[in-house]
Amino acid sequence: MPALALQTFRLSKHFGAFTALDQVSLDVRPGTVHALLGENGAGKSTLVKCVVGYYRADEGAVLIDGRETAIPSPTTARALGIGMVYQHFTVVPGMSVAENLLLARGRVPARIDWRAVRAELEAFMATTPFRLDLDARPLELASGEKQKLEILKQLLLRPRLLILDEPTSVLTPQEADEVLGALRERAHSGDCSVLMITHKFREVSAYADDVSVLRRGRLVCSGSVADSSPQLLAQAMMGEGRVAPVTVGRLQVAAPGAVRLQIEGLRVMGDRGEEAVRGLDLQVCSGEIVGVAGVSGNGQREFMQALVGQRPRLAGSVTLEGRPFHARRAENRSQRVRSLPEEPLLNGCVGELSVADNMALREFDQSPFAWAGWVRWRRLAARARAWIEEYGVKTQGEGAMIRTLSGGNVQRAVLARELSGEADLLLVSNPVFGLDFAAVAEIHGRLLAARDAGCSVLLVSEDLDELLELSDRIVVMSGGRIVFQTPARDARRHELGAWMGGRHETAAAPQERAA
Amino acid sequence: MAGSRNWQPTAEAFALPLLSLAGALVLFGIFVALGGRDPVAVWRLLFVGAFGDAFSWQNTLQRSAPLMLTALCVALPARAGLVIIGGEGALVLGGLAMAGLPYLFTPPAGWIGTLLLLAGAAAAGACWIALAGWLRVWRGVNETISSLLLAYIAIAVFKQLVEGPLRDPASLNKPSTLPLAESLRIGSIGSYDVHWGLVWGICLCVAAAFWLGFSVHGFATRVAGGNPRAARLMGLPTGRLVVTACALGGACAGLAGGIEVAAVHTNANAALIAGFGYTGILVSFVARHQPLAVIPVAILFGGFGAAGSLLQRRLGLPDAAVQVLLGFAFVLILASESLRGRLFTLPAPLRRRTSIAAVAGAR
Repeated sequence: MPALALQTFRLSKHFGAFTALDQVSLDVRPGTVHALLGENGAGKSTLVKCVVGYYRADEGAVLIDGRETAIPSPTTARALGIGMVYQHFTVVPGMSVAENLLLARGRVPARIDWRAVRAELEAFMATTPFRLDLDARPLELASGEKQKLEILKQLLLRPRLLILDEPTSVLTPQEADEVLGALRERAHSGDCSVLMITHKFREVSAYADDVSVLRRGRLVCSGSVADSSPQLLAQAMMGEGRVAPVTVGRLQVAAPGAVRLQIEGLRVMGDRGEEAVRGLDLQVCSGEIVGVAGVSGNGQREFMQALVGQRPRLAGSVTLEGRPFHARRAENRSQRVRSLPEEPLLNGCVGELSVADNMALREFDQSPFAWAGWVRWRRLAARARAWIEEYGVKTQGEGAMIRTLSGGNVQRAVLARELSGEADLLLVSNPVFGLDFAAVAEIHGRLLAARDAGCSVLLVSEDLDELLELSDRIVVMSGGRIVFQTPARDARRHELGAWMGGRHETAAAPQERAA
Repeated sequence: MAGSRNWQPTAEAFALPLLSLAGALVLFGIFVALGGRDPVAVWRLLFVGAFGDAFSWQNTLQRSAPLMLTALCVALPARAGLVIIGGEGALVLGGLAMAGLPYLFTPPAGWIGTLLLLAGAAAAGACWIALAGWLRVWRGVNETISSLLLAYIAIAVFKQLVEGPLRDPASLNKPSTLPLAESLRIGSIGSYDVHWGLVWGICLCVAAAFWLGFSVHGFATRVAGGNPRAARLMGLPTGRLVVTACALGGACAGLAGGIEVAAVHTNANAALIAGFGYTGILVSFVARHQPLAVIPVAILFGGFGAAGSLLQRRLGLPDAAVQVLLGFAFVLILASESLRGRLFTLPAPLRRRTSIAAVAGAR
């Protein structure tokens, strides 16, 4: 049987202090479709990149057909018959499908005998499940067809193991069924094994034979799809091992106050021109942390970007204390809105500017830090030094470029800027992503303190533990809408997991449990 | 780890442009040697012609004045995150406004009239570059290409008007506008053969540095240029900041055109289209878009321009030979960006290989 058996044995990979993969032992049986699940940053991509030779694992081994095999480079992987379809497109947009396929084969002769090549490619097309016009150019192809071309490029090389990174993220459900059905057929006929990264439970239960779940770099569950359910998988992805510690702040808090943030019918366009947020309604009261749970890719990112002003809104109203809110600078200031974006270096800082400059971003244009149109840098630098001290930012000094700082210290610098002074509304996205334990505890503590001081907090997180630990109320976002909400003290993981896993698709209307 | 390397960005900021210029001089030496000239004599003449005596200094400074202003037309939008290369268009329109406005009204004589006309020149340049910025922000048009194409349009408009409705009937072989009234012209500084445009250039470079470094608006512009997403998170009006930076840059280039007309040509004619706008791009890139660094770099490149005529007279090289030097310099400056942040971390053999590759790429 040409299909490969792939095993990894205690594979570990570290990036600095961050452990991306922690002793992962995966087993892909030959001739099967194996689904790899996990939230963003769980280590899925790192794992497959180790297998295709893009990264070298720090510890552990990759076993091909039971034999330990060193894969130092993608070329070696290709020679072994391992093909990879990346999440982003790698086709040449301006060249025809035939030319793209020829390129994918790697060796291009000095003179191309197009008649022979075309005959060969047409013969190949006849054996594949998808039909594409050889003369079409990817520029003219829809994204679903481009994805098919990516897969065809790999199939042309007759891979014995095909790895796909979220192959259906740009496909319609019908196209996804077509592509995945074809891949499963190929696997079951023994031609190749398939390892596919996905977020969609529906595809796992419909097309995969085995499933493995990664969480924070660890393999938390692995086994036959027949023995699992979307609820179980969602729980494994979000984590349930750790019992959320009861925070003191939570017990002391009084009932939440009046509604402060009101969102009605919000619609937002995603990056690929699809509607990512489709008529979202949500309220956040004062003195309340509302946690937004959901499998990533369900519009959470676009929702938060639209709220903080990084993405235009298509429709809907956002009001704060009864006044319309567009995240303009004057509104942010008068309504005291602050924000902790995800990936703070990318979204909330100017990497080339100094720590002091970045700490000044909220207040550089107002008294007492500005006078008659001029910035008073000395005052800002003094305050930056005080913040660096208070928040324990490890830096060469306030004049160091902020991109030279580690992720945790960038986040601390942003925290100092956003949480100092009193905020009335905090918009927070994945605040502890990639941070170490101490930094996580500190950031959580500060969010709770802000809540106790009467601040409204909207927290989007991919970590259910974090949401259960911090939130007063949890809402589940799926397909660009809020589909479920519950007080956090009554929240049950399996129920949240079911909603995140797409239970609303079968239910008629969003349900709400009495608070 | 980062601590020991703190000096490196600063050192690189000086080392990369200097190494690129040195590389360009070496390549230029090879180029003239292939033409049968002695490269050492050429290098010597380049510096003698630029900075050898009082006469060459005056020539150099005369040429560096417009370069400072056209370099600002690249530097200011660049700090807002845009690569504008159409300064030539703004310069030409500025010159046209300077010479053309007196057709519409009679400006008061003396320096008030000059200032009025210069304001018109600056406004013309500002509108032109702001248009490129506006197209970028609200229509998504690539500003590098649009500004370059707009420059061609500006030059065509200039020629159309100068050779048509604005033409001075007395200008026979060289179509020109009517000369500017004597009292409106910009004179020389004291007894030197350097006009007051140099002072304008230096003052505006210093002002631009203050604006970027210390003003609220300038800092907001740098934030919008450094990371638009962060700027939007902070609620800054990024689009308006970008267009304003373009307008300020365009105003500088327009001013350059106005000053050239009022101080050098006395009317608008095709001699104004001398490539100052394009050399300004090079100046700004070498200066890393730092307005204060623009001053010495503009003087250096003004010097190279001034030396061109000396090369022609002494060695019989064509006047345009200096353009080859500038071309080498530009390619190497752009190529050197790929070494930023790595100049001191490359292992020695690789460092050598890379520099050879850069040289090969330049030819």
